[in-house]
Amino acid sequence: MSKPRALYREKVTLTGNHAVALAVKLARVDLVSAYPITPQTSIVEKLSEYIEGGELKAQMVRVESEHSALAVAYGAALAGARVFTATSSHGLLYMHEWVHWFSRARVPGVMAVVTRTIGAPWNIWPDHSDFMDQRDTGWIMAFARDNQEVLDLTIQAFKVSEDERVFLPFMVGLEGFILGHTAMPVEVPAEDDVAEWLGERKQPYVVDGSFPLGVGGLTWPMETEEMFIDLHKSLRRAGLVFEEVDKEYGKLFGRSYGGPLECYRCTDAKYYFVTMGAWSGDAMDAVDFLRERGFALGLVRIRLYRPFPYDRIADIMGNARGVIVFDRSISFGASGPIYSDVVASLLKARFRGDAIGIIAGVGGVDVTSHDFSKIAERVLETIERGEPLPAIAWYHGGELAIVQH
Amino acid sequence: MSHSRNLALSIKAPISFPEIGVAGKTGSWRLEKPIVDNEKCVRCFLCEIYCPVNVVRVDREEGVSIDYEYCKGCGICANVCPHDAITMVEEG
Amino acid sequence: MLTEVILIGRGGQGAVTSATLLTAAASLEGLESQGFPFFGAERRGAPVAAFVRISSRPIRRHGMFEKGDVVVLLDARLAELEILERYSLRAGGILIVNTERRDPRLSKLISRTRAGRVFIVNATRIARELGLVVAGWPVVNTAILGAFSRATGLVSLDSVKRAVVEYFGGRLGRLNAEAVERSYRETREVVVLSVSLP
Repeated sequence: MSKPRALYREKVTLTGNHAVALAVKLARVDLVSAYPITPQTSIVEKLSEYIEGGELKAQMVRVESEHSALAVAYGAALAGARVFTATSSHGLLYMHEWVHWFSRARVPGVMAVVTRTIGAPWNIWPDHSDFMDQRDTGWIMAFARDNQEVLDLTIQAFKVSEDERVFLPFMVGLEGFILGHTAMPVEVPAEDDVAEWLGERKQPYVVDGSFPLGVGGLTWPMETEEMFIDLHKSLRRAGLVFEEVDKEYGKLFGRSYGGPLECYRCTDAKYYFVTMGAWSGDAMDAVDFLRERGFALGLVRIRLYRPFPYDRIADIMGNARGVIVFDRSISFGASGPIYSDVVASLLKARFRGDAIGIIAGVGGVDVTSHDFSKIAERVLETIERGEPLPAIAWYHGGELAIVQH
Repeated sequence: MSHSRNLALSIKAPISFPEIGVAGKTGSWRLEKPIVDNEKCVRCFLCEIYCPVNVVRVDREEGVSIDYEYCKGCGICANVCPHDAITMVEEG
Repeated sequence: MLTEVILIGRGGQGAVTSATLLTAAASLEGLESQGFPFFGAERRGAPVAAFVRISSRPIRRHGMFEKGDVVVLLDARLAELEILERYSLRAGGILIVNTERRDPRLSKLISRTRAGRVFIVNATRIARELGLVVAGWPVVNTAILGAFSRATGLVSLDSVKRAVVEYFGGRLGRLNAEAVERSYRETREVVVLSVSLP
């Protein structure tokens, strides 16, 4: 597929969840394991419709828990199947053991995480707490901001995951309801083109009975550590592969997203928003508003969260006057997880500006472009007055409360 | 377990291949040795089936033979034998 | 220009499907669009809201909104419930109500919402006549879209019908498209004589 093909641009209106399901169908997976949980359920419901209608020739395995959902996906993937599952919140926590095992066994596979707040109390609204809870699992973790990106990212996830330089599972994040249940027009590539581009399933080893092979047996510390060093290197390499795949996809299907980061109005910016997920769109509208008010503001959106793009962040924002990092989850007792990674990146660039971490939208609280503008005005005016900023502030009920100096 | 005989992999995967004696000569771990009286043995194969380290063989003609190089002396064979044809004897 | 639409109905009337269909129709029209339910649980019979954004430019924002340029009431009796305190019409906006001309609630509704223009259609009767009844309830979510097309001119009748046919398919697609067509033709504008301000 060296020359760009005539683009097939069927445009259909899809919810984010149905965009995931359609991408999984286009990727021609062999197996879907499913256990329902709000707000993910409509993904596997749609996939079961595809399978029942003969549009997707895959096996649907219904299991009794999320723990088993990922275990089944793992088993099938070991045996050579292209696999997919999806979950949210407590379901993801329940399968957490398998999330680690999957990546440490170096098995390619794709899972959609339709984010939802962790309880107690029960809450079905979206924040990033469940997604961020998987931060240290060794999965490739990326997050979309609209339904088109959900579809494109899910397709690309299979390509990156099965790349021989990577061989790690891929987690696609999208907020429940905000993307999951929101309908938007989505351009859909032709299934044959997607299938041809993805090619045959690739994985490092196959357990298919052709020769005896043990997976994950007791291993000495030195050898274990060597495997984890290799996993880490592979995950870092996944950043380059992610970027390469994004470019290649752009040439073939007409859409690229800028690799690990999307930059909005960054060229002459002195101040930056850092965001991840759907609210980045609302924040971009706020950037436009604040530009009109004379603030040289840009926005950096994290698309790829693991591996974290430290160098890119340092290159773009190393000389910034101010950086405002928005986290939709909190590492209780510390900061938002994105904030700590961004600050680590800036440290390397000998950053001399001000940085603040804003916690917002936790528990599914709606955050609009008006909220972003309000927060930014207060922070930017503080910086321009030369006054010190707190490290972390929590935005709640229209107010910024300092939680850490 | 041996992790050295990897496939031609681009990465380090936690996989292993079965080999004889990957944990060394485990016969040296033995405190008691199973001794077989093949006159009593009825060739029921239970000892072969139950042996956790796969060192017992039953031949219809010859009876039971044990590979003492790897037998750890756990005594399961003696325990499952329905005719008391295997006795555990302290190593000298 | 961005148009924000709030559809207010009862759980089971199909307001969310209305929003999805309107999103699809706008896309067929070459516009950018976005449709979503009120985020949370919905219960049959309880008031629910669904939301649509339509624009000629890409829609980046996702946050919810409580003031609409267009408000669509799938059930006129909802006018008396608290849901209209939460969601309201921007001054001079368009109000579309599923009701009949002699509905005594209309004048109160008009003054309460400060609607600029008001359109009515009896979507319930259309749905019932076409047999679009699910579990005993006339499903008015498609018929009301004919009124939307007529009242706003944002999406053409053809696009709405196409969206409906593609969504339902087969006989149900044709019936719902007919509901849209009849509603489009039967929609009437109510003359707003004076807006009484509080």
